[in-house]
Amino acid sequence: MLNMPAIDLVLWVIGAWIALGLLGIVALHRFALVARVLFPLGAVCGLILAFASIRALGSGVVESKQLSLGLPQLPFHLRLDALSAFFLLVIGIASFGISLFAAGYFRAGEGTAPGLLCLEFHFFLASMALVLLADDAYAFMVAWESMALTSYFLVTANHRLPKIRAAGFLYLLIAHIGAIAILLCFGVLQANTGDYTFANMRVQNLSTFWASAAFLLAVFGFGAKAGILPLHVWLPEAHPAAPSPVSALMSGVMLKMAIYGLLRVTFDLLHLHIWWWGVVLLVLGLTTAIFGVVFASVQVEMKRLLAYSSIENIGLLFAAMGLALLFRSYGMNALAALALTACLYHVVGHALFKSLLFLTTGSVLHATGERNLGRLGGLIRFMPWVAWLALIGVLASSGLPPFSGFVSEWLLLQSFLFTPGLPQPFLNMLIPIATASIALTAALAGYAMVKFFGVVFLGQPREEKLSQAHDAGIFEKIGMGWLAVLTIGLGVAPNSVLHLIDPVTKGLVGVGLANKASANGWWLLTPTSIVRASYGPLYFLFGVIGACAIAFVLVRLLYHARLRRSVPWGGGHPWRNSRMQDTAEGYGQPIRQIFEPFFHMDRHLPKPEDTEPEYHVVVTDKFWEGVYMPIARATEYVSAKVGKLQQGRISIYLLYSFITLIVVLLLVPTARR
Amino acid sequence: MTRTFSQLISIVTPLLLSPLLLGWVNQMRAWLSNRKGPGVLQPYRMLHKLFNKDSVMADTASSLFRFAPYVVFGCMLLANAIIPTLSTDLPLASAADAIALVGLFALARIFISLAAMDIGTAFGTLGARREMLVGFLAEPALLTVLFSASLIGQSTALTTIVEAVVHKHFAIYPSLVFAGMAFILVFLAENARVPVDNPATHLELTMIHEALILEYSGRHLALMEWAASLKLFAYSTLEIALFLPWGIGHEATPTSLLLALPSLALKLTLIGIVLALVETFSAKLRIFRVPEFLATAFLLGVIGMLTHILLGA
Repeated sequence: MLNMPAIDLVLWVIGAWIALGLLGIVALHRFALVARVLFPLGAVCGLILAFASIRALGSGVVESKQLSLGLPQLPFHLRLDALSAFFLLVIGIASFGISLFAAGYFRAGEGTAPGLLCLEFHFFLASMALVLLADDAYAFMVAWESMALTSYFLVTANHRLPKIRAAGFLYLLIAHIGAIAILLCFGVLQANTGDYTFANMRVQNLSTFWASAAFLLAVFGFGAKAGILPLHVWLPEAHPAAPSPVSALMSGVMLKMAIYGLLRVTFDLLHLHIWWWGVVLLVLGLTTAIFGVVFASVQVEMKRLLAYSSIENIGLLFAAMGLALLFRSYGMNALAALALTACLYHVVGHALFKSLLFLTTGSVLHATGERNLGRLGGLIRFMPWVAWLALIGVLASSGLPPFSGFVSEWLLLQSFLFTPGLPQPFLNMLIPIATASIALTAALAGYAMVKFFGVVFLGQPREEKLSQAHDAGIFEKIGMGWLAVLTIGLGVAPNSVLHLIDPVTKGLVGVGLANKASANGWWLLTPTSIVRASYGPLYFLFGVIGACAIAFVLVRLLYHARLRRSVPWGGGHPWRNSRMQDTAEGYGQPIRQIFEPFFHMDRHLPKPEDTEPEYHVVVTDKFWEGVYMPIARATEYVSAKVGKLQQGRISIYLLYSFITLIVVLLLVPTARR
Repeated sequence: MTRTFSQLISIVTPLLLSPLLLGWVNQMRAWLSNRKGPGVLQPYRMLHKLFNKDSVMADTASSLFRFAPYVVFGCMLLANAIIPTLSTDLPLASAADAIALVGLFALARIFISLAAMDIGTAFGTLGARREMLVGFLAEPALLTVLFSASLIGQSTALTTIVEAVVHKHFAIYPSLVFAGMAFILVFLAENARVPVDNPATHLELTMIHEALILEYSGRHLALMEWAASLKLFAYSTLEIALFLPWGIGHEATPTSLLLALPSLALKLTLIGIVLALVETFSAKLRIFRVPEFLATAFLLGVIGMLTHILLGA
């Protein structure tokens, strides 16, 4: 069974996921069956998917297939090439961990029947895999829409709360505005031939104008799904609303489908590459990255914080893509491959560590019932497993060596640094500014992540009930542990990952990095040459561990290991309680001050004479007031005007018909003459 | 064999000499303010005393709190091991380039901040917040400085940068002038020196570094203090490597190491004097002014990179 063609294996996995979803309907309310059997089976499917895609990446054969589903004369064209296989691998490995976690996570009474959740969850996975296989616009849009709809139902799993319903609607709205743009983009790409297969689009020779139109439509459409500025507003609403495994799946995996779509359109379907396209992506990406990370640092709700951090990471991915496009447009394919490698590395890295972090928030939420950072704290004592696993995610997310986030950041900075060969002086000046903003983003990400980890897991519990918190269950531990192990693995063995990325960049820009990168040994990453730059994460890891161990042993040998416990020093104050710790708001205060123009702030400060002093601050996004509310008000205004036509009385409607008839009768003889 | 020896030397030298550098700076400061000073060997006595004392730990401390000093110490030791101080022939240098060096400092900073938040007292979290504030501005500034240098050497490997600056014919690079100014500002901020933090006080309105390690005692405090002096040493040698690299040996032979040692000692002495002068003649900034101070450093670094690209030098 396992030696069938990879595309068949992928289709079997998709079929199995659909079947598991349907079984969920049969076992609608049988919670134990759904959680303990169906979800783990779905996880195994994910592993098989990962296996199939690794094999497809290794063999390098492009496989295609037609499925006569749907409308007559309009079969689904499917194709598995290196790019699809790489993203399928991301789905496979991430979904294994998330499904296992979900097996332990979903409890009865989540708002939606467990069987229904199982259906939506597995259909969601299947539609994402189908998006990657699609080789014509029709199949792509069908899969893309089912992905949007299933995820909408998953977001609104707890649909009894009006806030969650509102978040779901916002998500659905922006997803559909994006989908329209994607559809229009395919319309432009087929160049009036009427043939919507990707194979046809690849051979079309569009003029510069239409190619640019298709590119901009794709940026808008896929950008809406990815959460690029200013279409990001759904992300911080939808992620906190969804159950944690769903947030993990959406943030870790679904956002990457948008990256896939944009890569597919720009590097595969479009034959032209114009330099300013790259600049557009670069500028959009960097603005989004800085915006996302600044907002992440001032959030007071843990899942919103992570959602903004996802916006930041998507921004970095767009910037890397933009740089690759820029190099590609000048025919510098080796550098394009370097930037693209950084992008793809970050795709898989982010998929793993962000899923891990969202899953840990799920465990915290279940154990404490709190999602507000102001009421958490000290959980490392009660849930050590979750805390230490979260620490791995936090370090990777801050882009610290030797974890996965650092490798992609390093590759990205390398590709930025060795660019002064671009033939345009204007672009050359853009590069240092872009490099500096990436450095700033990375450093701020560390700030946001220290805030997240420090406030949730360290310090003293801010509420009484937190001391009752229990650690995660066995399924949850395995799921998170898997993601954490892969995050570490990705950080310390970059060259093996580069061998998986190699076929993708060879397919898109014709150059692969892997052989050069591991020319000095598999443990040393040298993307250009050893004189220019090298990074050996294993040396690094053993260097730090070795230094720690030597210090530890020497201190014990030369001196002693005596330890006394005592109450913490309170600065001489007799009353000390957990409310005196710094809060999440306090932690965001310097950022609010430095980046003040970014925010719309509503702050209430207590006065000295207040008997019941109260302090609150609400930070909102300026895009709501500046972009979304005007559009919403304009829409309301126009519909109110149009609504006046509808009086609801039949006589008025008859009058309309009468007037229309008169006008037509008046016009028709004029036309005949 | 000689390469391993040179690597070993470049680990042991900072380990043993870093408290001396700190002692020298403190002694200089004392002399400049007309005090007698405790002598340059005071940091060694301090470390010895702290290692001998019992470690008193808050009963709310988690394992992360005990673990952090070792990580911070290890990071700083590794940072010193990859900066070419005496010779550019370092086997470990290929493990981490300039970007990874910044990552190493960031890793240490994050662990020290997390440890400070662990106890849950007001001072610790305050210190952690301030440290991260300084860090997120100083880190990109340091990166831009290193990028300016790496544009000249066409490499982010520190050893290659040093080789490039030493062996090219002598020239003043305008980009390095800007980068040098930015580096001095970052140096002061990152090592908790005067305009940003005052290492000599425990005043809650201003302290950053002291607030972070307030709950540590005994051997853990000793490791933290030693790590801080290693950091000072690393920044000093980094400054030497980027801006005054003449005298750093090319090969890893014992003779070239011996030749490089006096020039290193001379340069470190000078840096200590300059640092003490800066600290004596400047006043502590309000904490709200620190972002402006560091933003200046960041912008200078960016200007340095731009100058390189505009002038090609």
